[in-house]
Amino acid sequence: VSAAAVDGARPSPLAALRRRLPAPIYLVLVLVLVAIGVASPGYFADASSLLFLLKLSVPLMLVTAGELFVLVGGEFDLSVGSLITLVVVVAAQLVNNDPARAWWVMLLVIGIGVLVGLLNGLITTRLRVPSFIATLGMLLIIDGAVTLWTTGAPRGALTANFRMWGRGSIAPVPVIGALPRDLVVLVVAGAVAILLLHRTTFGRQLTATGGNPRAAALSGVDVPAVRTLAFVLSGLFAAVAGILVGGLFPITAHPGRGYEFQAISAAVLGGAVLGGGKASMAAGMTGALTLQALFTLLNVVGLPNPLRAAVQGVLIVGAMAFAAYRLRRSVA
Amino acid sequence: MARTLALGPVDGAGLRRALAGSSSAPVWAALAFIFVAAALAVGLRGGQFLTVHNVTDILVRSVALGLVAVGQTFVILAGSLDLSVAYVVSVSAVAASVMMAGDPALIPLGVACSLAVGLVVGVVNGLVVTKLGVHPFIATLGMSLVLQGLIYAAVNDFVGAVPVQFQALAYDGVGPVPFAVLLLGAAVALAWFTLARTRFGFHLYAVGGSAQTARLSGIRSHRVVIAAHVICAAMAAITGLFIVSRLRSGAPWVGTDGAYDLESIAAVVLGGTVLAGGRGGVLGTLAGVLILAVLDTAFNQLGVDPFLKSVLRGVILIAAVAISALRVARSPA
Repeated sequence: VSAAAVDGARPSPLAALRRRLPAPIYLVLVLVLVAIGVASPGYFADASSLLFLLKLSVPLMLVTAGELFVLVGGEFDLSVGSLITLVVVVAAQLVNNDPARAWWVMLLVIGIGVLVGLLNGLITTRLRVPSFIATLGMLLIIDGAVTLWTTGAPRGALTANFRMWGRGSIAPVPVIGALPRDLVVLVVAGAVAILLLHRTTFGRQLTATGGNPRAAALSGVDVPAVRTLAFVLSGLFAAVAGILVGGLFPITAHPGRGYEFQAISAAVLGGAVLGGGKASMAAGMTGALTLQALFTLLNVVGLPNPLRAAVQGVLIVGAMAFAAYRLRRSVA
Repeated sequence: MARTLALGPVDGAGLRRALAGSSSAPVWAALAFIFVAAALAVGLRGGQFLTVHNVTDILVRSVALGLVAVGQTFVILAGSLDLSVAYVVSVSAVAASVMMAGDPALIPLGVACSLAVGLVVGVVNGLVVTKLGVHPFIATLGMSLVLQGLIYAAVNDFVGAVPVQFQALAYDGVGPVPFAVLLLGAAVALAWFTLARTRFGFHLYAVGGSAQTARLSGIRSHRVVIAAHVICAAMAAITGLFIVSRLRSGAPWVGTDGAYDLESIAAVVLGGTVLAGGRGGVLGTLAGVLILAVLDTAFNQLGVDPFLKSVLRGVILIAAVAISALRVARSPA
């Protein structure tokens, strides 16, 4: 119950207006883009830099979309980064320069993603291990298994028909000429994610579960099943992101390192509440784009590499503090 | 349950019941079981597990993680979390190493600088979590990014040196007992006393159980959480001092190499402390740390591949927490 309701006062018209405005993350994104333009006036002269920025963000946006399902349900998934590493390294080794293998390897790694998500979900819901620990354990297992298998250095190589999902285009397309494949993946996956979270029974049940699992269970929600499905989606989205990472970047020993923390930061920047019950899929994915734009901005400004991390930390915490302040004011 | 216990300066009965309910006995039993299993496994391979050297090795291995985990226990009990400890360890180690510069006369200055780092980080973490209302996961993750950026902007390699006298902390001891083990023992004893016997400890359990209820009962919950963060960061700083005394010089990666952030949380939860706060204790944490160290030593003696070790740790972590969760679910509430 808000204090205003207790006092019998009507909520101020300003507060009502604020509720109708789009999430602040969109404004932040515009500000960051403007800042990039100011810091480097030539940056957006060529439309391809904007496209490049978007392409760089696609994997993180997909991981964030998956992570957001888990966060809305009130859990954490710390295993998505190691899952991306697993996907890239396994794919490189299995495809091993044979184009004929690309398709079934792609299906296989997506299957691995689903399986890892299913395991995370079952361990969390059936064995009652807190998801923080369950997915941390999964991270240790996957990282160890990958390095064990590759003995430290990834081998093999991805073929063009595997990498095209991260770097190729569909051409010819009328009017625009060529359509980058990863953007097609982003639009399709993003639309599916938005619909799943905001327009289906599953999405509403998941949100209710994150808000109050007991109340959700008493209203007939199968809480363990809904949460498990959220983990499966997180694994699936991370695996798809892994395929794109394999296409977009050179293959390294740990291509997925750090994605879990970036995805959680991005989701939270987009207004997701840790602990569950409140999040917007579109805003969360915009948070990922904003985070990537922020990396670009710090790069363009010419900040020494280590200090970028420091500024990033201050900005994320500052944004969250501002959001918490707004929330307190709107409640008071 | 800690959530419903009666509060107040006089009534300790409910709290004592809550503490008894969160006894660390099962974790110590698990530790004994794992120790015997490890000794058998090594023994069957013709090795010798139960030697003074091995037991000392297990204890010394436990010191660094143990010190961080003791501090982490405080923040987790308070319902918070600290992901910045790994970089606090690094910054503290580098600060001590640079300040001492190999001169025994500067030891106090180096120690003071390290502790100051812990104090500042702890206060900032606590203030951001309580006064600014930022979720501790994000607040301390942000702090860890800030510390990472600052330290790598300043140094890129081993810098400074600690004098030989300071290395005694890692390499000398009283008779067969290394100073480091005494340090961990003292830290655990002090932490246990603080949590189980002082007003601050009672308040910490209350705030972790329900910050709202605690506040309505007259506890200044913000102060309690800030104090917990200061204790946690200070313990991480002390860990940095121990590590730098062992390595003789500090480098920016000494904290992250040990993965002290996630490992300390794992040890605390392994020790039976509930991640949501309000239930658990530091004795369980010690057992959790020792379990990880026993496994580590046994795997090394058995010649297990280091990466397979990571896999096994993950499996054991999940299995151990699952078993204790099932035990809690079965026991009558």
